[in-house]
Amino acid sequence: MAGNNPNSKPMNLTLKVWRQKNSQATGKLETYNIKNISPEMSFLEMMDVLNEDLLLQGIDPVAFDHDCREGICGMCSLYINGRAHGPERGTTTCQLHMRKFSDGDTITIEPWRAGPFPILKDLCTDRSALDRIQQAGGYISVNTGGVPDANEIPIPKSIADKAFDAATCIQCGACVAACKNGSAMLFTSAKVSQLALLPQGKVERKTRVENMVAQMDKEGFGACTNIGSCAAECPVGISLENIAMLNREYINASFTSENV
Amino acid sequence: MILDSKIPEGPLAEKWEKHKFNVKLVNPANKRKYDIIVVGTGLAGASAAATLAELGYNVKAFCYQDSPRRAHSIAAQGGINAAKNYQNDGDSVYRLFYDTIKGGDYRAREANVYRLAQVSVNIIDQCVAQGVPFAREYGGLLANRSFGGAQVSRTFYARGQTGQQLLLGAYSALNRQIAYGKVKMYPRTEMLDLVMVDGQARGIVTRHLVTGKIESHSAHAVILATGGYGNVFYLSTNAMGSNATAAWRAYKKGALFANPCFTQIHPTCIPVSGGYQSKLTLMSESLRNDGRVWVPKAVGDNRAPQDIPEDERDYFLERKYPSFGNLVPRDVASRNAKLACDEGRGVGTTKLAVYLDFADVIKRDGLNTVVQKYGNLFDMYAKITGENPYEQPMRIYPAVHYTMGGLWVDYNLMTTIPGLYATGECNFSDHGANRLGASALMQGLADGYFVIPYTIGDYLAQNPTARIETSHPAFKEAEAAVQTEVNRLLNVNGTRTVDDFHKALGLLMWDYCGMARNAEGLQYAKQEIRKLRDEFWRDVKILGVNEELNVTLEKAGRVADFLELGELMVDDALNRNESCGGHFREEYQTPENEALRDDENYTYVAAWQYTGTNQQPVLHKEELKFENVKLTQRSYK
Repeated sequence: MAGNNPNSKPMNLTLKVWRQKNSQATGKLETYNIKNISPEMSFLEMMDVLNEDLLLQGIDPVAFDHDCREGICGMCSLYINGRAHGPERGTTTCQLHMRKFSDGDTITIEPWRAGPFPILKDLCTDRSALDRIQQAGGYISVNTGGVPDANEIPIPKSIADKAFDAATCIQCGACVAACKNGSAMLFTSAKVSQLALLPQGKVERKTRVENMVAQMDKEGFGACTNIGSCAAECPVGISLENIAMLNREYINASFTSENV
Repeated sequence: MILDSKIPEGPLAEKWEKHKFNVKLVNPANKRKYDIIVVGTGLAGASAAATLAELGYNVKAFCYQDSPRRAHSIAAQGGINAAKNYQNDGDSVYRLFYDTIKGGDYRAREANVYRLAQVSVNIIDQCVAQGVPFAREYGGLLANRSFGGAQVSRTFYARGQTGQQLLLGAYSALNRQIAYGKVKMYPRTEMLDLVMVDGQARGIVTRHLVTGKIESHSAHAVILATGGYGNVFYLSTNAMGSNATAAWRAYKKGALFANPCFTQIHPTCIPVSGGYQSKLTLMSESLRNDGRVWVPKAVGDNRAPQDIPEDERDYFLERKYPSFGNLVPRDVASRNAKLACDEGRGVGTTKLAVYLDFADVIKRDGLNTVVQKYGNLFDMYAKITGENPYEQPMRIYPAVHYTMGGLWVDYNLMTTIPGLYATGECNFSDHGANRLGASALMQGLADGYFVIPYTIGDYLAQNPTARIETSHPAFKEAEAAVQTEVNRLLNVNGTRTVDDFHKALGLLMWDYCGMARNAEGLQYAKQEIRKLRDEFWRDVKILGVNEELNVTLEKAGRVADFLELGELMVDDALNRNESCGGHFREEYQTPENEALRDDENYTYVAAWQYTGTNQQPVLHKEELKFENVKLTQRSYK
């Protein structure tokens, strides 16, 4: 009972899925055949169908991270056919729909692969390194209460819009997974840019960029070589410009640092 | 049990000020001697955890997601209300208060709602100071939009991602305190029981979702900010993991559960497309600012929307409610969409949808303006349906979105268990029988930033600073009980999957305790839920062990609780022999199919007390007193 495309035919697919019992175990790709997949299904709904099948056969279902299923929480991941979040640009895995695939396709599904994201089980990885980068300085140091009226500081619309664009990062980690160096520059730069653009964030801009970059390095993320896979694969379109901005902020901070 | 709401004396506008002066304070040096547990890191939880840590308390924060920033507040789209009156269009604290009380169909507490309206203005200031990039006008000042149930523009927004930006603000404040060591964060950790010592909440038992480790945490007070229970219905706009377990386990430990039948069905969601559907996606209410809702006038009109001429369309909201038009409150819009479909005038292949049409605004304001305002929502719609909403109208249908009911709390947001607090969607207090759009974000942040930091001090100041070790027998007992429950689930070894039970429950709830209810259907549902629950414990299939990342086991625990909570919702809906807000009992309606309240007999909060599994819970009533607002038939005509 498809909503809009009554002619769409169900598909049969072959899935090659990364299975790994826990972080210590060795993993491998397992092959599963799956039938009657509606093109109206989301990719994760297809995974639900697979898991119900596996459960009934007494096989441990595939663990994968997901939560909101509307492209905003950033919990879903998956490397699908060699691409972070699959073949559709500007889309998280949860918003990818099976109409992008064809009957008879083989789909390879792997977890994010990056040193700082250890695999927990199957397709679930530990991305807490990204939280720790945020904790190193991704904030404006104001306590609750005692702040000025919201309209006291006018902010040009163009600046506010640009800050917003940077602020839409969902911290999914696709940029890291897509980068051959496993770099977290796009992710880190999004927060640095957002706060450096806004007048409220300028006060701490130097220490912020220094501390966040230091934490990024400490976590073992690779260096940026300006390839741009991160921005190409980012599901919410975080622009490469942010990395340029981070570099400017960082150089500026290095020369004029208050931390010397 | 007498429910004491502890509403301060005095005129409405002075209650909160006076109360803040009267509450006891904990001196700054003593704050570090108190530990507070916060469960949930959405707007209500993250804001509370950060603010309490700033004040000097030691905070332990818990979330089931892999990062606190993923809590489902992040998905809120449209905006946050505040009585700033920046638009000079007649808004005020009193008007926001009045709109909220009326929008809630006169089933919320006046004093709580007034306080909410008062602190709403501080929230916007706080968020801007944190760097939340709200929408702005060309002059650099903040922009506003309109939302349902109000005739002023008081909604602040960040494109269609307001919840995300507000949560990231609270998350950044939380991160700062984590870095300072004042908050210890426990992600991928689920609360499975509340621990009480001498009648007070003194800690929780958790399960780590990767290792399965069952562990105790001790504190001087516990705050539940765990969101709503919309996932009882299986299909809802909630996240897949959203659950009622923490609140439900607290209920079983003695906290009363208030107005469980008050659920909000949001009018504009993408319709169900098939049985595999795992969740429903909301299309923000802000779209009703410009989108026009319609169905064909004739029953069985199967033409494509563009082939139906203007005079054969029924813009039913504009026709029936000329003064509010498409911006009537959610309950009214949902009910009317259902009516149109029940009459056989629904659209799309399933006939369970109505159109939300943007052709007029695109013609009037141009495509670019529409892209600017709603671009991300239109993209989301296109991705899910494969249709282009710029060229053809969206198809929408109501879906479960929010639960107004929740743990009963007094004016201090304390439950009936001393030392246990509930904030945000988890409590029942501010939205009555129907929540207005853009008010959930307001309430979550009001509770966390500006209410709980004051009221919790009052309780702590009256209690000793001595800590209780987790080796205390109360903790050991609770841990053992949790372990027993986990083993019980793992030992069923049945044949039916957890999702299968969850879907069956959801269908029962939607059919008999959803947008329209009646006594006969509710009685039937009650029996069926009990049967389903028995079957669950006889036949559920869960593989694996506790000591691993076991997604099925996690879900099973949550669904077991939903199977109990669903029955309580039905009990509450049966008890309330009136229609109000989102609770529409078909027996009680006006000749125009509007909700017919019974103020004489039901102007109360129904707070339920647990008495045992398969036992009838005991009803306690908190009479609602309206000293400032006159109760009238709600009209948006």
